[in-house]
Amino acid sequence: MELAIGIILGCCALGAGMAMIAGIGPGIGEGNAVASACEAIARQPESKGSVTTTMLMGCAIAETTGLYALVIAILLIFVAPNILVDILVNTMGAL
Amino acid sequence: MKKTSLRFKITDIFYIVMMILPIVCGIVLQVLTKPASEGISITGARIYFTVPMPLQDFPVTESQVNSVIVLVVLFFFCRFMTHGLSEKAELKRQHFAEMAVEKVTDLVEENMGEYFMGFVPFIIAILALSAFSSLITLFGLFPPTSDINIVGGWAVLVFVLITYYKMKCGPINYLKSFTQPVALLTPINLISEVATPVSMAFRHYGNVLSGTVISVLLGSALAGLSSMILGKLPGFLADIPLFQIGIPAVMSLYFDLFSGCLQAFIFAMLTMMYVAGAFDFETYKSKKARKSAKNKI
Repeated sequence: MELAIGIILGCCALGAGMAMIAGIGPGIGEGNAVASACEAIARQPESKGSVTTTMLMGCAIAETTGLYALVIAILLIFVAPNILVDILVNTMGAL
Repeated sequence: MKKTSLRFKITDIFYIVMMILPIVCGIVLQVLTKPASEGISITGARIYFTVPMPLQDFPVTESQVNSVIVLVVLFFFCRFMTHGLSEKAELKRQHFAEMAVEKVTDLVEENMGEYFMGFVPFIIAILALSAFSSLITLFGLFPPTSDINIVGGWAVLVFVLITYYKMKCGPINYLKSFTQPVALLTPINLISEVATPVSMAFRHYGNVLSGTVISVLLGSALAGLSSMILGKLPGFLADIPLFQIGIPAVMSLYFDLFSGCLQAFIFAMLTMMYVAGAFDFETYKSKKARKSAKNKI
Protein backbone atom coordinates (compact mmCIF):
# COMPACT_ATOMS: atom_id res chain seq x y z
CA MET A 1 0.00 0.00 0.00
CA GLU A 2 2.77 2.44 0.93
CA LEU A 3 4.63 1.42 -2.22
CA ALA A 4 1.58 2.14 -4.36
CA ILE A 5 1.09 5.58 -2.79
CA GLY A 6 4.80 6.29 -3.25
CA ILE A 7 4.61 5.36 -6.92
CA ILE A 8 1.60 7.64 -7.38
CA LEU A 9 3.29 10.63 -5.75
CA GLY A 10 6.57 10.08 -7.56
CA CYS A 11 4.94 9.67 -10.95
CA CYS A 12 2.83 12.81 -10.41
CA ALA A 13 5.98 14.82 -9.66
CA LEU A 14 7.81 13.31 -12.65
CA GLY A 15 4.87 14.03 -14.93
CA ALA A 16 4.70 17.63 -13.74
CA GLY A 17 8.38 18.07 -14.46
CA MET A 18 8.03 16.50 -17.89
CA ALA A 19 5.00 18.63 -18.72
CA MET A 20 7.08 21.75 -18.23
CA ILE A 21 9.40 20.67 -21.07
CA ALA A 22 6.77 22.50 -23.12
CA GLY A 23 8.31 25.71 -21.75
CA ILE A 24 11.03 25.40 -24.39
CA GLY A 25 8.66 26.20 -27.25
CA PRO A 26 7.26 29.53 -26.01
CA GLY A 27 10.77 30.51 -24.93
CA ILE A 28 12.15 30.14 -28.44
CA GLY A 29 9.05 31.69 -30.00
CA GLU A 30 9.00 34.75 -27.77
CA GLY A 31 12.73 35.17 -28.24
CA ASN A 32 12.21 35.27 -32.00
CA ALA A 33 9.34 37.72 -31.67
CA VAL A 34 11.29 40.11 -29.46
CA ALA A 35 14.38 39.88 -31.69
CA SER A 36 12.32 40.81 -34.73
CA ALA A 37 10.66 43.64 -32.81
CA CYS A 38 14.09 45.01 -31.84
CA GLU A 39 15.17 44.91 -35.48
CA ALA A 40 12.00 46.67 -36.57
CA ILE A 41 12.43 49.41 -33.96
CA ALA A 42 16.09 49.83 -34.94
CA ARG A 43 15.06 50.26 -38.56
CA GLN A 44 12.09 52.54 -37.88
CA PRO A 45 12.32 54.14 -34.42
CA GLU A 46 9.15 56.19 -35.01
CA SER A 47 7.00 53.02 -35.10
CA LYS A 48 8.05 51.97 -31.60
CA GLY A 49 4.59 52.21 -30.04
CA SER A 50 2.69 50.03 -32.46
CA VAL A 51 5.55 47.51 -32.73
CA THR A 52 5.67 47.15 -28.94
CA THR A 53 1.91 46.64 -28.71
CA THR A 54 1.92 44.04 -31.46
CA MET A 55 4.92 42.28 -29.90
CA LEU A 56 3.24 42.05 -26.50
CA MET A 57 0.09 40.63 -28.15
CA GLY A 58 2.14 38.08 -30.06
CA CYS A 59 4.11 37.11 -26.97
CA ALA A 60 0.91 36.59 -25.02
CA ILE A 61 -0.48 34.32 -27.70
CA ALA A 62 2.79 32.41 -28.05
CA GLU A 63 2.78 31.93 -24.28
CA THR A 64 -0.51 30.03 -24.37
CA THR A 65 0.99 26.60 -25.07
CA GLY A 66 3.43 27.04 -22.21
CA LEU A 67 0.56 28.00 -19.93
CA TYR A 68 -1.35 24.86 -20.88
CA ALA A 69 1.68 22.89 -19.71
CA LEU A 70 1.81 24.96 -16.53
CA VAL A 71 -1.86 24.27 -15.79
CA ILE A 72 -1.31 20.55 -16.30
CA ALA A 73 1.77 20.62 -14.06
CA ILE A 74 -0.13 22.44 -11.31
CA LEU A 75 -3.01 19.98 -11.58
CA LEU A 76 -0.55 17.09 -11.34
CA ILE A 77 1.13 18.50 -8.26
CA PHE A 78 -1.82 19.81 -6.26
CA VAL A 79 -4.94 17.98 -7.46
CA ALA A 80 -4.05 14.63 -8.99
CA PRO A 81 -2.29 12.95 -5.99
CA ASN A 82 -5.27 13.43 -3.68
CA ILE A 83 -7.74 12.07 -6.21
CA LEU A 84 -5.55 9.11 -7.20
CA VAL A 85 -4.77 8.14 -3.60
CA ASP A 86 -8.48 8.36 -2.77
CA ILE A 87 -9.28 6.03 -5.65
CA LEU A 88 -6.54 3.63 -4.52
CA VAL A 89 -7.75 3.60 -0.91
CA ASN A 90 -11.35 3.05 -1.97
CA THR A 91 -10.52 0.14 -4.28
CA MET A 92 -8.18 -1.46 -1.73
CA GLY A 93 -10.85 -1.10 0.93
CA ALA A 94 -13.31 -2.87 -1.34
CA LEU A 95 -10.97 -5.85 -1.74
CA MET B 1 -12.04 78.65 -9.63
CA LYS B 2 -15.32 78.09 -7.90
CA LYS B 3 -15.20 77.13 -4.25
CA THR B 4 -16.57 73.66 -3.66
CA SER B 5 -19.51 73.41 -1.35
CA LEU B 6 -19.60 71.46 1.89
CA ARG B 7 -22.07 68.97 0.50
CA PHE B 8 -19.77 68.25 -2.42
CA LYS B 9 -16.86 67.58 -0.07
CA ILE B 10 -18.93 65.29 2.15
CA THR B 11 -19.98 63.25 -0.89
CA ASP B 12 -16.35 63.02 -1.96
CA ILE B 13 -15.28 61.76 1.43
CA PHE B 14 -18.13 59.24 1.40
CA TYR B 15 -16.96 57.86 -1.96
CA ILE B 16 -13.34 57.63 -0.78
CA VAL B 17 -14.36 55.85 2.42
CA MET B 18 -16.51 53.45 0.44
CA MET B 19 -13.50 52.73 -1.79
CA ILE B 20 -11.27 51.87 1.17
CA LEU B 21 -13.81 50.14 3.39
CA PRO B 22 -14.35 46.95 1.29
CA ILE B 23 -10.59 46.38 1.06
CA VAL B 24 -10.23 46.76 4.83
CA CYS B 25 -13.15 44.35 5.29
CA GLY B 26 -11.45 41.86 2.97
CA ILE B 27 -8.17 42.09 4.87
CA VAL B 28 -9.93 41.64 8.22
CA LEU B 29 -11.86 38.67 6.87
CA GLN B 30 -8.64 37.12 5.62
CA VAL B 31 -6.77 37.68 8.88
CA LEU B 32 -9.66 36.14 10.85
CA THR B 33 -10.08 33.05 8.67
CA LYS B 34 -6.60 32.27 7.35
CA PRO B 35 -5.05 29.31 9.16
CA ALA B 36 -1.48 29.74 10.31
CA SER B 37 0.96 27.95 8.05
CA GLU B 38 4.66 27.31 7.94
CA GLY B 39 6.98 27.05 4.96
CA ILE B 40 5.66 26.71 1.45
CA SER B 41 1.91 27.04 1.26
CA ILE B 42 0.31 27.36 -2.14
CA THR B 43 -3.43 27.04 -1.77
CA GLY B 44 -6.36 27.73 -4.02
CA ALA B 45 -9.30 29.85 -3.01
CA ARG B 46 -10.53 28.90 0.45
CA ILE B 47 -14.19 28.09 0.89
CA TYR B 48 -15.85 30.33 3.48
CA PHE B 49 -19.16 28.49 3.70
CA THR B 50 -21.43 26.36 1.57
CA VAL B 51 -25.02 27.11 0.72
CA PRO B 52 -27.06 23.94 0.25
CA MET B 53 -28.84 23.87 -3.11
CA PRO B 54 -31.14 21.25 -4.61
CA LEU B 55 -28.81 20.06 -7.37
CA GLN B 56 -25.37 20.79 -5.97
CA ASP B 57 -23.97 22.62 -2.97
CA PHE B 58 -22.99 26.20 -3.73
CA PRO B 59 -19.64 27.05 -2.14
CA VAL B 60 -18.95 30.73 -1.41
CA THR B 61 -15.21 31.00 -1.98
CA GLU B 62 -12.57 33.60 -1.34
CA SER B 63 -12.40 34.52 -5.02
CA GLN B 64 -16.13 35.29 -5.21
CA VAL B 65 -15.98 37.46 -2.12
CA ASN B 66 -12.90 39.26 -3.41
CA SER B 67 -14.41 39.87 -6.83
CA VAL B 68 -17.46 41.41 -5.15
CA ILE B 69 -15.05 43.61 -3.18
CA VAL B 70 -13.41 44.66 -6.45
CA LEU B 71 -16.83 45.43 -7.96
CA VAL B 72 -17.84 47.65 -5.04
CA VAL B 73 -14.49 49.46 -5.04
CA LEU B 74 -14.68 50.02 -8.80
CA PHE B 75 -18.25 51.30 -8.59
CA PHE B 76 -17.36 53.94 -6.02
CA PHE B 77 -14.12 54.71 -7.86
CA CYS B 78 -16.12 55.49 -11.00
CA ARG B 79 -18.59 57.54 -8.96
CA PHE B 80 -15.68 59.46 -7.48
CA MET B 81 -14.01 60.10 -10.83
CA THR B 82 -17.22 61.32 -12.46
CA HIS B 83 -18.37 63.35 -9.47
CA GLY B 84 -18.80 67.02 -10.29
CA LEU B 85 -18.42 66.81 -14.05
CA SER B 86 -18.65 70.14 -15.82
CA GLU B 87 -18.03 71.53 -19.27
CA LYS B 88 -15.06 73.60 -18.16
CA ALA B 89 -13.41 70.60 -16.45
CA GLU B 90 -12.78 72.41 -13.18
CA LEU B 91 -11.60 69.35 -11.28
CA LYS B 92 -8.35 67.52 -11.92
CA ARG B 93 -9.96 64.12 -11.75
CA GLN B 94 -12.15 64.93 -14.71
CA HIS B 95 -9.05 65.18 -16.89
CA PHE B 96 -7.95 61.69 -15.86
CA ALA B 97 -11.42 60.27 -16.44
CA GLU B 98 -11.63 61.88 -19.87
CA MET B 99 -8.16 60.66 -20.75
CA ALA B 100 -9.02 57.06 -19.87
CA VAL B 101 -12.26 57.13 -21.82
CA GLU B 102 -10.59 58.73 -24.85
CA LYS B 103 -7.75 56.19 -24.86
CA VAL B 104 -10.14 53.25 -24.83
CA THR B 105 -12.38 54.88 -27.44
CA ASP B 106 -9.38 55.28 -29.75
CA LEU B 107 -8.36 51.68 -29.09
CA VAL B 108 -11.83 50.35 -29.92
CA GLU B 109 -12.09 52.51 -33.04
CA GLU B 110 -8.69 51.33 -34.24
CA ASN B 111 -9.29 47.63 -33.63
CA MET B 112 -13.03 47.13 -34.18
CA GLY B 113 -14.20 49.87 -36.51
CA GLU B 114 -17.09 52.32 -36.50
CA TYR B 115 -19.84 49.72 -36.23
CA PHE B 116 -18.70 48.52 -32.80
CA MET B 117 -18.46 51.88 -31.03
CA GLY B 118 -21.11 50.69 -28.57
CA PHE B 119 -18.51 48.29 -27.19
CA VAL B 120 -16.50 51.05 -25.50
CA PRO B 121 -18.17 50.73 -22.05
CA PHE B 122 -17.89 46.94 -22.17
CA ILE B 123 -14.18 47.08 -23.01
CA ILE B 124 -13.52 49.66 -20.27
CA ALA B 125 -15.40 47.45 -17.82
CA ILE B 126 -13.35 44.38 -18.76
CA LEU B 127 -10.08 46.31 -18.58
CA ALA B 128 -10.83 47.87 -15.21
CA LEU B 129 -12.27 44.70 -13.67
CA SER B 130 -9.39 42.53 -14.79
CA ALA B 131 -6.66 45.02 -13.87
CA PHE B 132 -8.11 45.78 -10.43
CA SER B 133 -8.71 42.09 -9.73
CA SER B 134 -5.04 41.37 -10.36
CA LEU B 135 -3.85 44.46 -8.50
CA ILE B 136 -5.75 43.45 -5.36
CA THR B 137 -2.74 41.24 -4.53
CA LEU B 138 -0.96 44.45 -3.53
CA PHE B 139 -3.17 44.47 -0.42
CA GLY B 140 -2.31 40.85 0.30
CA LEU B 141 -5.71 39.54 -0.76
CA PHE B 142 -6.31 36.52 -2.95
CA PRO B 143 -6.61 37.73 -6.56
CA PRO B 144 -9.89 36.57 -8.15
CA THR B 145 -8.16 36.26 -11.52
CA SER B 146 -6.03 33.36 -10.27
CA ASP B 147 -9.23 31.32 -9.96
CA ILE B 148 -10.25 29.75 -13.27
CA ASN B 149 -13.96 29.96 -12.43
CA ILE B 150 -13.93 33.77 -12.46
CA VAL B 151 -11.86 34.15 -15.62
CA GLY B 152 -13.75 31.32 -17.25
CA GLY B 153 -16.97 33.21 -16.66
CA TRP B 154 -15.61 36.22 -18.54
CA ALA B 155 -14.37 33.98 -21.35
CA VAL B 156 -17.83 32.38 -21.68
CA LEU B 157 -19.32 35.88 -21.91
CA VAL B 158 -16.92 36.71 -24.76
CA PHE B 159 -17.79 33.39 -26.43
CA VAL B 160 -21.50 34.26 -26.31
CA LEU B 161 -20.74 37.63 -27.91
CA ILE B 162 -18.65 36.00 -30.65
CA THR B 163 -21.42 33.52 -31.43
CA TYR B 164 -24.04 36.29 -31.43
CA TYR B 165 -22.10 38.31 -33.97
CA LYS B 166 -21.50 35.22 -36.12
CA MET B 167 -25.24 34.45 -35.99
CA LYS B 168 -26.08 37.95 -37.16
CA CYS B 169 -25.54 36.91 -40.76
CA GLY B 170 -28.15 34.16 -40.35
CA PRO B 171 -27.90 30.68 -38.84
CA ILE B 172 -27.30 29.07 -42.23
CA ASN B 173 -24.26 31.21 -42.86
CA TYR B 174 -23.10 30.43 -39.32
CA LEU B 175 -23.27 26.69 -39.87
CA LYS B 176 -21.69 27.06 -43.30
CA SER B 177 -18.71 28.87 -41.81
CA PHE B 178 -17.61 25.64 -40.11
CA THR B 179 -17.07 23.88 -43.42
CA GLN B 180 -14.63 26.51 -44.69
CA PRO B 181 -12.35 26.05 -46.60
CA VAL B 182 -13.26 22.35 -47.15
CA ALA B 183 -15.92 20.20 -45.52
CA LEU B 184 -13.23 17.80 -44.35
CA LEU B 185 -11.99 20.31 -41.78
CA THR B 186 -15.29 20.59 -39.86
CA PRO B 187 -14.13 18.78 -36.68
CA ILE B 188 -11.00 20.92 -36.51
CA ASN B 189 -13.07 24.07 -36.93
CA LEU B 190 -15.38 22.95 -34.12
CA ILE B 191 -12.40 22.34 -31.84
CA SER B 192 -10.91 25.73 -32.62
CA GLU B 193 -14.27 27.34 -31.89
CA VAL B 194 -14.31 25.81 -28.40
CA ALA B 195 -10.59 26.46 -27.91
CA THR B 196 -11.10 30.23 -28.10
CA PRO B 197 -12.70 30.75 -24.65
CA VAL B 198 -10.61 27.97 -23.11
CA SER B 199 -7.34 29.53 -24.23
CA MET B 200 -8.47 33.01 -23.16
CA ALA B 201 -9.36 31.77 -19.68
CA PHE B 202 -6.20 29.67 -19.30
CA ARG B 203 -3.96 32.48 -20.51
CA HIS B 204 -5.17 34.99 -17.95
CA TYR B 205 -5.49 32.52 -15.10
CA GLY B 206 -2.16 30.82 -15.79
CA ASN B 207 -0.23 34.07 -15.90
CA VAL B 208 -1.59 35.36 -12.60
CA LEU B 209 -1.30 31.96 -10.90
CA SER B 210 2.26 31.38 -12.10
CA GLY B 211 3.21 34.77 -10.66
CA THR B 212 1.79 33.74 -7.28
CA VAL B 213 3.53 30.35 -7.34
CA ILE B 214 6.89 31.83 -8.31
CA SER B 215 6.60 34.52 -5.62
CA VAL B 216 5.91 31.91 -2.92
CA LEU B 217 8.74 29.64 -4.12
CA LEU B 218 11.15 32.56 -4.26
CA GLY B 219 10.15 33.76 -0.80
CA SER B 220 10.75 30.37 0.80
CA ALA B 221 14.01 29.91 -1.13
CA LEU B 222 15.30 33.28 0.09
CA ALA B 223 14.26 32.43 3.65
CA GLY B 224 16.21 29.17 3.41
CA LEU B 225 19.23 30.97 2.00
CA SER B 226 19.37 33.61 4.70
CA SER B 227 18.87 31.05 7.49
CA MET B 228 21.65 28.93 5.95
CA ILE B 229 24.13 31.81 5.91
CA LEU B 230 23.18 33.60 9.12
CA GLY B 231 21.87 30.56 11.03
CA LYS B 232 25.21 29.85 12.74
CA LEU B 233 25.29 33.28 14.37
CA PRO B 234 24.26 33.50 18.03
CA GLY B 235 21.12 35.10 19.40
CA PHE B 236 18.79 37.28 17.41
CA LEU B 237 21.32 37.65 14.58
CA ALA B 238 20.23 34.26 13.27
CA ASP B 239 16.71 35.52 12.63
CA ILE B 240 17.64 38.45 10.40
CA PRO B 241 15.89 37.95 7.02
CA LEU B 242 18.89 39.18 5.05
CA PHE B 243 17.83 38.17 1.53
CA GLN B 244 14.12 38.75 2.00
CA ILE B 245 14.61 42.51 2.09
CA GLY B 246 13.84 44.11 -1.23
CA ILE B 247 14.24 41.15 -3.59
CA PRO B 248 10.61 39.91 -3.36
CA ALA B 249 9.46 43.50 -3.91
CA VAL B 250 11.24 43.64 -7.26
CA MET B 251 9.65 40.36 -8.31
CA SER B 252 6.28 41.64 -7.14
CA LEU B 253 6.76 44.72 -9.29
CA TYR B 254 6.88 42.50 -12.37
CA PHE B 255 4.44 39.76 -11.42
CA ASP B 256 1.78 41.86 -9.74
CA LEU B 257 1.94 45.29 -11.35
CA PHE B 258 3.25 44.71 -14.88
CA SER B 259 1.86 41.25 -15.53
CA GLY B 260 -1.54 42.07 -14.04
CA CYS B 261 -2.02 45.18 -16.17
CA LEU B 262 -0.61 43.46 -19.27
CA GLN B 263 -2.98 40.52 -18.94
CA ALA B 264 -5.94 42.87 -18.57
CA PHE B 265 -4.86 44.68 -21.74
CA ILE B 266 -4.37 41.42 -23.62
CA PHE B 267 -7.74 40.05 -22.52
CA ALA B 268 -9.45 43.23 -23.73
CA MET B 269 -7.50 43.26 -27.00
CA LEU B 270 -8.37 39.62 -27.72
CA THR B 271 -12.02 40.30 -26.91
CA MET B 272 -12.05 43.15 -29.42
CA MET B 273 -10.28 41.15 -32.09
CA TYR B 274 -12.40 38.03 -31.74
CA VAL B 275 -15.69 39.93 -31.67
CA ALA B 276 -14.74 42.17 -34.59
CA GLY B 277 -13.38 39.21 -36.53
CA ALA B 278 -16.55 37.18 -35.98
CA PHE B 279 -18.75 39.75 -37.68
CA ASP B 280 -18.85 39.58 -41.47
CA PHE B 281 -19.84 43.14 -42.26
CA GLU B 282 -20.10 42.71 -46.06
CA THR B 283 -22.49 39.78 -45.90
CA TYR B 284 -24.58 41.54 -43.24
CA LYS B 285 -24.82 44.69 -45.35
CA SER B 286 -25.78 42.91 -48.57
CA LYS B 287 -28.34 40.80 -46.70
CA LYS B 288 -29.87 43.88 -45.12
CA ALA B 289 -30.01 45.66 -48.47
CA ARG B 290 -31.75 42.66 -50.04
CA LYS B 291 -34.25 42.51 -47.16
CA SER B 292 -35.13 46.19 -47.38
CA ALA B 293 -35.49 45.92 -51.17
CA LYS B 294 -37.90 43.03 -50.67
CA ASN B 295 -39.93 45.00 -48.16
CA LYS B 296 -40.30 47.91 -50.56
CA ILE B 297 -41.77 45.67 -53.23
